[in-house]
Amino acid sequence: MSNAISISGLVKNFGHVRALDGLDLAVATGEIHGFLGPNGAGKTTTIRVLLGLIRHDAGSVALLDGDPWTQATELHRRLAYVPGDVMLWPNLSGGEVIDLLGRLRGGLDTSKKDKLLERFDLDPTKKGRTYSKGNRQKVALVAALASNVELLILDEPTAGLDPLMEAEFRACMEEDRSNGRTVFLASHILAEVEALCDRVSIVRKGKIVESGTLAELRHLTRTTISAEVTSNPGSVVGFNGVHDVRVHDHKVDFEVDSDRLDEVVRSLAPLGVRSLVSHPPTLEELFLRHYQDDVDLGSSETET
Amino acid sequence: MVGTGSLVRLILQRDRLRLAVWVILLVAVPLGTTSAFIELYPDAASREQLAATVSSSPSLVAVLGPLYDSSIGGLVTWRVGVIAAFLIGLMAVLTVIRHTREEEETGRRELLGATVIGRHAPLAAALIVAIGAGVLIGLILTGGFIGMGLPSAGSLAFGLGLAGVTATFAGLGAVSAQLTEASSSAKSIGVAGLGIAYLLRIAGDVGESSGALWVSWLSPIGWFSQLRPFAGEQWWVPALWGGLTLMLVGGAFAVSSRRDVGAGAFPPRPGPAEAGPGLRSASGLGWRLQRGALLGWGLGLGVLGMVYGGAADSIGDMLEGSPQLAQIFEQMGGEQGLTDTYFSFVVGVIALLAAAYAIRAVLRLRVEEENLRAEPVLATATPRSRWAWSHLVYGLAGPVLILALAGVLGGLTYGLISDDVTGQVPRVLAAAMVQLPAVWILTGIAMALYGLAPRHVGLSWGALIACLVLGQLGQILQFPQWTLNLSPFTHVPNFPAQEIEMVPMVLLLLVAIALTGAGLIGFRRRDIG
Ligand SMILES: Nc1ncnc2c1ncn2[C@@H]1O[C@H](COP(=O)(O)OP(=O)(O)OP(=O)(O)O)[C@@H](O)[C@H]1O
Ligand SMILES: [Mg+2]
Repeated sequence: MSNAISISGLVKNFGHVRALDGLDLAVATGEIHGFLGPNGAGKTTTIRVLLGLIRHDAGSVALLDGDPWTQATELHRRLAYVPGDVMLWPNLSGGEVIDLLGRLRGGLDTSKKDKLLERFDLDPTKKGRTYSKGNRQKVALVAALASNVELLILDEPTAGLDPLMEAEFRACMEEDRSNGRTVFLASHILAEVEALCDRVSIVRKGKIVESGTLAELRHLTRTTISAEVTSNPGSVVGFNGVHDVRVHDHKVDFEVDSDRLDEVVRSLAPLGVRSLVSHPPTLEELFLRHYQDDVDLGSSETET
Repeated sequence: MVGTGSLVRLILQRDRLRLAVWVILLVAVPLGTTSAFIELYPDAASREQLAATVSSSPSLVAVLGPLYDSSIGGLVTWRVGVIAAFLIGLMAVLTVIRHTREEEETGRRELLGATVIGRHAPLAAALIVAIGAGVLIGLILTGGFIGMGLPSAGSLAFGLGLAGVTATFAGLGAVSAQLTEASSSAKSIGVAGLGIAYLLRIAGDVGESSGALWVSWLSPIGWFSQLRPFAGEQWWVPALWGGLTLMLVGGAFAVSSRRDVGAGAFPPRPGPAEAGPGLRSASGLGWRLQRGALLGWGLGLGVLGMVYGGAADSIGDMLEGSPQLAQIFEQMGGEQGLTDTYFSFVVGVIALLAAAYAIRAVLRLRVEEENLRAEPVLATATPRSRWAWSHLVYGLAGPVLILALAGVLGGLTYGLISDDVTGQVPRVLAAAMVQLPAVWILTGIAMALYGLAPRHVGLSWGALIACLVLGQLGQILQFPQWTLNLSPFTHVPNFPAQEIEMVPMVLLLLVAIALTGAGLIGFRRRDIG
């Protein structure tokens, strides 16, 4: 079994709204896969299809080599889920909810649970509404992490957690990674994704627009270069894969498609390089490019 | 109080359909009854005969209300006054809680709290809408009665009385909403208060001859009868509603200004750190979520059965002194016949209430789903059907328990009074149990809506109201038979007044099974959320 999740051409309509529009996604077994995208992109919808909570209109979906709609019950024994909006029963204590969800899944590891309660500094005797948002989130997280399942599906699990608890969550994920657990993590927190994820998929308007390791994604975008040359830098404008050229005397700033970097640096050398600064795109730049509507997505791909 | 006005508009907009149904129901029933009575009892003699029968029958007083005057107005007040007071009280309690505690519970209140809205505005707005609806109903009725030729003083008293009941129970709703965190518990408190008021009024009115009328004076519903519309109005009675309303509303505002948004008046006690052995399956969770309501409804309807049983006539005593009365009763089937008619009527009322419980129990599924608490459970190894059954079972088995309890207790009290325990318990119990197929139709309707049209589950309540109107009032209002036939309760045998017929029961059962099955299948195929 190589893929924990494989989706192709997934379509889901809610009335006239097309929430998923031919989404393709592969999550390899054992990896931590980041799932990113702007609000309303279709992350939660994808997860709900994976959990068999909603039917899909077209495409194929395989979860742990099974069909999430027809084999929901069997598959759910092998996964744990943390919803984005955690709602608890007002008359059940957090401890009861954790035990209940664990038992419904087919058992939970009590010693692991006790450790997690301590690590997340969670009081299990409080009831429903008396938990703050972050603490409600922790109840769901402990319930999921305390299980010994092979796949975790997490929908913005750290929304509402304070930085300390978020660090604790990352530590838990690192442990899970070394235990070979597969994690599918929808998130808006880039630092978290950068720190944890082996691979990332970016979804926009119900379609995957980018998928790969962070290094690969970086590679697909532009590197910023500032150079000072001895001759006139005007010819830089004509280089292939160069954008946003700003010339000031002998100085030139520009952006270059990362896969053309080598070529451009070679062409730059004859101009007599006195100084050269290059920095790779920050993760923010990377994501903002995909999140913003007005960026023309096609351009970088069609040029290559 | 800033923002009260805009909140009132918001509530009216959200609830326009719901409120319209209440207003139409509460206006149409008294006015329809009036027009029917004008036709049925055109002369004083026929009215006096009816009045004499009613006044001498504690059971009729128990289920409907006391009769203080044999004019048309007096008869209408007896026939629908208490029912209308009960229903309008229910409207008030539910409306206020819906727009206060329920809003807080779902977190919508916090969304509003961040805008320019005073902290008391939501409560004030909910009270204004609920009481406003009561006043509107009162005004329309007053005008309507006068228009139909009834005395204006009585017409005004009737309308004023309903407005007073509305205000008081809106106040009770406001207080209940402050006490608990869960809107369902707040509703239970409010409805329990209403039920107690109804039971006190039965006890007082039935015991009037033995000097127990003061018990009725403890009940805001009893005050409605004591205002005596069309029977020598006691105009100071509305001051009682006014005073109690002020106290309740004042109390609610006082608590509301001291507590946090979302919190109850009593901080919830901490719970166990670990789940007990009972909480290991969907059915364990279902029991945990349903047991309180089952207990409450069981007790409430059990007590109601007991009170009805106790109020059943020991008519024999009265008949001895009055040959004319004896003749009237003979025409109606003799003493036994009258008691039988009484019991089949009473179990009909209890069955409607049991159906209300059943709908509530099934719609808990929707509550869980809407509050996003179904999803985490369905993402575990719990199959959808098992989760659905964990609540549906209360809609099916709950009415069995409730009707059995009410039937046994009703038969027992009546048996003790009439020295015939072994004879009456099985009779009244059977009378209650034959209602089950009709109750299950409503369970089935709720389940079918939940599975096939989850956004419209509220229509289940519409179906219940239709059964109420058709069954309890359809005959007085002279609806055509085919409309009466729409209600499943029309088709269950009026045991013990009539023989038990199996065919309609089996048919009802089949329809109930089909509806429930359709709901379950629909639910397994549809999207959650
Ligand atoms: N039950 C539903 N009915 C109708 N439309 C829906 C429903 N659920 C989701 N949508 C729509 O589908 C689209 C995708 O929503 P989804 O919740 O999957 O987004 P998301 O990526 O999880 O966003 P966020 O980051 O805000 O959580 C949105 O346009 C949303 O309005
Ligand atoms: Mg989401």
